[in-house]
This record gives sequence, structure tokens and C-alpha cells, in this order.
Amino acid sequence: MLSLAAVSAGYGSFRALFNVSLEVPHGQAVGVIGPNGAGKTTLLRLISGLVPLDSGDIRFEGHPVGALSAHRLVERGIAHVPENRRLFPRLTVEDNLRIGAFIPPARRHFAEQLERIYQLFPRLKDRRKQFAGTLSGGEQQMCAIGRALMSRPKLLLMDEPSAGLAPLVVEQVFDLVRRIRAEGLTVLIVEQNVQQVLDVVDHAYLLEVGSIRLSGTSAELKGNDFIRKSYMGL
Amino acid sequence: MDIYLLEAIINGVLLGGVLALLALGLNLIFGVIDVVWIAYADLVMCGMYLVYWLYAVLGLPLALAFAASIVFVAVLGVLVHLLIIAPILDSASINQLLATGGLLFFLQSFATLLFSTEFRNIGVRLPIISFAGIYISTARLLAFAMALVGAVALYSFLKRSFIGTAIRAIAQDRDIVGLMGVDQRTIYLVTSAIGGALAGLAACLLALQYDVHPFIGNTFGPLIFMICVLGGLGNMLGGFVAAFIISQIIAVGGYFSSTELSYVIAFASFIALMFVRPRGVFAR
Amino acid sequence: MSARDAALIGLLAVLACLPLLAPPYFTHLAIQVLLWGFVYTAWSIMGRFGLVSLGHGAFMGVGAYIPALLWNYYDTTPWLGIPLGVAFAILLGLVIGYPCFRFKVVGHYFALVTLALGQVVMLSIVAARDVTGGSLGLTPRAVGHSWYALQFSQKSHFYAMALVLWLGGLLVWRWVDSGISRKALEAISEDEEAAAAIGINVLREKLHVTLISAALTAFGGAIYGQYFMYLNPETVSGIGVSLQIVFAAIVGGTYALTGPTVGALITISLNEGLRVTFGTNFIGAANTIYGILLILCIIFMPGGIVGTLRPDSGLWRLGTKIFRGK
Repeated sequence: MLSLAAVSAGYGSFRALFNVSLEVPHGQAVGVIGPNGAGKTTLLRLISGLVPLDSGDIRFEGHPVGALSAHRLVERGIAHVPENRRLFPRLTVEDNLRIGAFIPPARRHFAEQLERIYQLFPRLKDRRKQFAGTLSGGEQQMCAIGRALMSRPKLLLMDEPSAGLAPLVVEQVFDLVRRIRAEGLTVLIVEQNVQQVLDVVDHAYLLEVGSIRLSGTSAELKGNDFIRKSYMGL
Repeated sequence: MDIYLLEAIINGVLLGGVLALLALGLNLIFGVIDVVWIAYADLVMCGMYLVYWLYAVLGLPLALAFAASIVFVAVLGVLVHLLIIAPILDSASINQLLATGGLLFFLQSFATLLFSTEFRNIGVRLPIISFAGIYISTARLLAFAMALVGAVALYSFLKRSFIGTAIRAIAQDRDIVGLMGVDQRTIYLVTSAIGGALAGLAACLLALQYDVHPFIGNTFGPLIFMICVLGGLGNMLGGFVAAFIISQIIAVGGYFSSTELSYVIAFASFIALMFVRPRGVFAR
Repeated sequence: MSARDAALIGLLAVLACLPLLAPPYFTHLAIQVLLWGFVYTAWSIMGRFGLVSLGHGAFMGVGAYIPALLWNYYDTTPWLGIPLGVAFAILLGLVIGYPCFRFKVVGHYFALVTLALGQVVMLSIVAARDVTGGSLGLTPRAVGHSWYALQFSQKSHFYAMALVLWLGGLLVWRWVDSGISRKALEAISEDEEAAAAIGINVLREKLHVTLISAALTAFGGAIYGQYFMYLNPETVSGIGVSLQIVFAAIVGGTYALTGPTVGALITISLNEGLRVTFGTNFIGAANTIYGILLILCIIFMPGGIVGTLRPDSGLWRLGTKIFRGK
């Protein structure tokens, strides 16, 4: 569904990604792991259109999308759950979800999609009139994911969903990812919590200092010595 | 209580209505786009001239002139954003302030060119009603009512519609709205149009009560800025409340002394309050 | 003595003799250019460091009205009245500046507070109409040619005063520019917290430059009153004049020594040129053009005209290339 070929990008004169190539097949979950500062967030922001493409090719469902701006990519079916949630703090939970459905096709199905999200996240329904800034970390993550899902995307990008969350909540978040996947959504997850993410995805890439260092199925990577030593502490 | 004091208080509330409307417009634009349109009061002036021209010169129905004013200034707002603000959106904020200041100059001088400095009145004479010894101008009452209607309309638009929610969202986190499929530029244009429309509405309401001349913007422009800063720049509720507070100071001050002195007191209190709460009395 | 110094002295000599060479009309224009150039320069002493005041009319009004009032009511010579006016303006600057800079009122907020200050002064003048004549204005009592009253029957004396004032303003600008304060203020305008962290006394630097600007502006207002012999709250303290000061300084170029003076040249010649060409048919045409010019300036030439034509700018290099026929 999504393919990056020899992609390079950065911020001004600072290059963050060098010659990155990866594939996210339809209906699968793919992970990108790596240390802080490796460029994982930049990678997602590149795909969702917040960071411009310097060189290389990005294709979504066969069409080149490297030159499209962020809001156009949402119309194409790519939704991005940003790092640190980035909810609108002084909007209610429901308003945050509402704005997730901004694009016209999503607006038409707003009411029904909202119900589906509330079924998926019953706690959000309880707190629908509460300001998003007052939610707990886990609830905020649910809301951020829900907001992204409101646009009825084909591909969901998730940036470090476990960041800043208690282990029990992290479990719940990844259970959620499994459920979303089961419904047929394609997912690309960027994560530091290697153990959790390798249990959820089919395929993963190791990104270090802006380049892909390793790639393989999650089973292969779980068995890989380097990964086990450097990232899983084994 | 002295009947004249009561009258002053009531007039203060009524005066506050239009000021509040303008404060809403200015705060909306600042909250979303982060610019202060120094020429905002002069956009009102443009609307007032249009009402004058359509109604008093061309003889068109007043309601039509009013509608035209709202649409006209909304379009002006969009033009201001496209031609003046958008090209310098990324430069220092003081530049945007100064560029709209240049617009002020331009609008005031251009109006002088077109209409000369004479005071012009649209000639609508609405009755003065009285009850219990208090005299209230219906023009002022009508203006207040319509200002409230405008404020309520704005409120429900912002609360309920998708674009309205997007406008509120962009004011809280500009960069991330793109991820929801919101085009920043579109929102800026819509916001500018709404800000202009509010000014256009205020123009109608002011035309009912006052004469128009090219420099009329100077009489209430500084007042609006002061109100917005007092309420916290960008804080729509704060500006709304501050408008009524300031108009009370002016009205009651005018009762106890001269009108000019009441303005001096209002401005001086503003300066003093700035030092107590530099971000505005109602800032978060 | 270098060629450049000689050229400057020659220019000064010509300027000094202008009243002898030119008809009174041009001397009148020259006085205005020098006076307003002085006021615009005074503004840009603080404006160039990001301390954009939209209320300099306050200082001008105070500087103009106090000597005039003292003269009319108490026969006080302007030689005393003007310093008093300047002192009051400094006080005003302190009253506004100290709290503003102490409580970090900056940017938009500072600009709007100064705007309010301009309004306070203007409205106060109008409110005290029994003393000041309100919106109808104030005319200093004319006594013909008198050094005591600082009133002259010949333009040449005023011209000399204006020239000295203008040169003085340039010297003060230069003095601030070449001192350590300039570096400090540039640092402050870039990042106030960082500047404070390396030991710069932000409050003192900002206040210092603000008071200088206020004092000079007041001085300019005083001489304006002495020359034109008529004061009006709108003309000296209104929002129009406060903004005009900002705009002329910016169009001319706030970062260059002669920038604000160029701004004065532009505004005055624009006004006069249009008045002469169209008479009173197109009142407002000059300022209309001026407004457009200002907007274009902000968008395309943030350094103003002088700033864009600086020797190290691309435009200058292009110009010299064309001139040398390369």
C-alpha cells in the first residue's frame, strides 16, 4: 500500500533521513524501531506531509504522493497519530473527534463513525464533554487514536504510542492496535518499546541515524542477536 | 439612584454591544492568525461609507445596504489577508502590525480622496423612547440587539460547525491541524472573512447612530485595541467582557465629568491595569 | 582628510548656506524635512531595536504644548520652557517604560500600550480645553522677532535651528549606534531571556534608549511649535502623527543613519509635489500613495529604502554593475 524508495528528507540544512526504503503491504502492520534521534518521527512526518521530501519516491496505492501537502494526504486516506498525542487541549473530547472528521467524506459519516469510536473507546464516551487537556495519559492516547480514525483512513501512522504511559496502559494501547488491525486497517508504527511493537507487527525495520540498518519479519528480528542485545536488553 | 446615572449606565451597556462585536472580530483574527489588524476600525469606516452611498445616495433599501456592507467588508477582510498578511506571515510579527498600519493610512486617505473630510449622515432618524424618565435612543437599542445576535451567531458557528471547530483548533495548535485534513490557508481566509463580516455588521450599527468621515476609525480604533489587550489578546470571552467594562467606565465617567476626561480615565486605567496583569486582566 | 570627509564638509557647507541660495519656499520645505527628519530619527533610535512605539505623539505633544502654555500664561521663555517640556516627556517615558520593561510587556502589547499613551496625552489636551484650547488648538503669543521668545521673522534663523537640531539627532543616533548599548539592545531584541542570562541589564538598556528617544521627540515637538506657531492635539499627538512617524522611519530605513531623514524627504516631497500638481483637488492622494508605499515596503523591503540600497546589499551591487557596464 505504501512504499518509500531511496527517500531523503530533513529540516533545512539538517538531513534526518538518508536513502530510506521501506514497504507497508496492504492489511499488514509494520514497525519502525530505533533509538532516540534516529529519524523515526521525521519518517512519519514525511509520509503524512508535514516534512517536505528532498529526494526519492513515496507511493501510496501506486500513486506518487511525495509532493502533496498534509491535508491532501488525509483525503487520500493516510492518518497520523502524532508524537505526544497533540490533542487540542481546550477543545472537548468530542470536538477533538469532530475535527478528525473534517474532510468531506468523513463529515458525511460523522455520526456513525463517532458511535463506532465510542464503542471502541467507552471511556471516551464518558468523558466526551471534558476538555482534552484534562484527560489522563492513556485516555489522551485513546482520544488521539480515535481522532485519527475519524477520518476513516486506509493507513494509520502511529508515532510512539507508548511514550509516557504506564506499562498497564501501554498493554491496553497495543491491544487496541491489534483490534484495529483485525478490522482490516493497515498500520505503520514507530516505537521505542521494541518488545511490545514486535509482538504486534508482521514486519519491522531498524532505523539508526537516518538509515535502515535491518529489516525482517517480527519473528526474525526478535531472534536477531543485535536487536536482542541493544534494544531488548537480553 | 440619580436617574441620569442610571441612564448613563444603560447607555454604557448599549455602547458596549458594538464594541464587544468588534472586539470579538479582532480577537478572532488574532487568536487564529496571530496578527492585529491595526486598520480594523477603518474597515468599519469603509462599511459605513458603503451604507451611506447605497442608502443615502443611491436610494437603495436600508436592509440591502446593510447586507451589502457585511458582504463587502467580509471580502475586504479576505483581500487584506491575501494581499497584505499572507506574504509576510512568516516575518516578524511587528511587520504585520506595521503593514496593516500602512493599510490604515491608505484607507483613510483614499476615503478622503473619494468623499472629502465632510461628515456624512445616512439620515435615518429613529425615535427616542422614554420610560420612567430615562431616555434611550432606539438606534442604540437596535444596535445593541443586533450586536448580541451577531455574537450569538458567531458563538454557535464556532461551537457547532466543522469549520468553526477547525478555527478554534488552529488557535490552539497551528501545526497539527493539517493532519486532520484542515488546510491552514482556507481557515485563515474564512477567519478573515468572518472578521470582516463582523466589522461590516458593526458598520451598519454605527451608521445608524453616528456620522461617517474618513477618520472616524481613529475615534474607536484605539479603544478596541485597548479592550482586546485588557481582555487578553485572542481571548474572545475576555474581550467581550472587557468591552462592557470599558464602556461602563466611559459612560459613568462621562456622567461624573466630561466625555474626554472619561476616555482619559479609561485609557489611563488600561495602562495601569497592564502593569498589574501584563497579559490582560482575563488572560489564562 | 579623506575624500569622504571633504565631501561631507562640502555638503554641510551647502546645507548651511541654503537659505541664502534658495527661495523662501524651499527653505520652508527644508525646515520641515530637517524637523521631521529629526523626529523620525529620534523614533528610530528605539524603533530599530524592536521597541516599536505607536504613541510617540505623546512625547511630541508634551514637548510642544508645555513651552507654549508656559509662554502664553506665564511669559516663560522657551529657553526654560523647552527643557521643562523635555523633562516632562522623560518622566512620561519613565512612567510607561519602567513598568513595561519590568513586567516584560513586549511586542504587540508594548505597541498597543504606547498607542494608548498617545491617546491619553491627546485626550488630556482636549479635555483641558479651558487651558489648552482643546481641539481648536493653541497659538503661542506672537511677539515678532525675539531671541527671548525664540520667535524669528526670518526663516533663516529657524533653518539654522532645524539644521543644528537635525545634526544633533544624527550625532545622538551615531553615539547610540557605536556604543556597547547597541550590541546589548540587539541581543535583547533577538532573545531577551538569553541576553539577561549573560548579564545584560535589560531594564536599564531599554529604559535608557526609550528616554533618549522621548526627550529628542519632545524637543522636536517644541521647535515645531516655535516654527509653525500653531498647535493642535490631533496634529501633534493624534494617532495619525504617531503612525506617520513610524511609517516614515520605516520607509526611509530604520537601521541606517540617514534612513529616517530620507523618509522625511519622501513624505514631504510627496505631499508638496502632489499639492503643487493637483492643487486641492486631490487631498488625500499623497497619503494614499504613501500608505501603499508603506505596505509594499514592509513586504518587499523590510530595511526601508536606505537599507535596501546599502553598499553591501544585492541591489547596490547590481546598480554598480550596471553603472560600470559589466
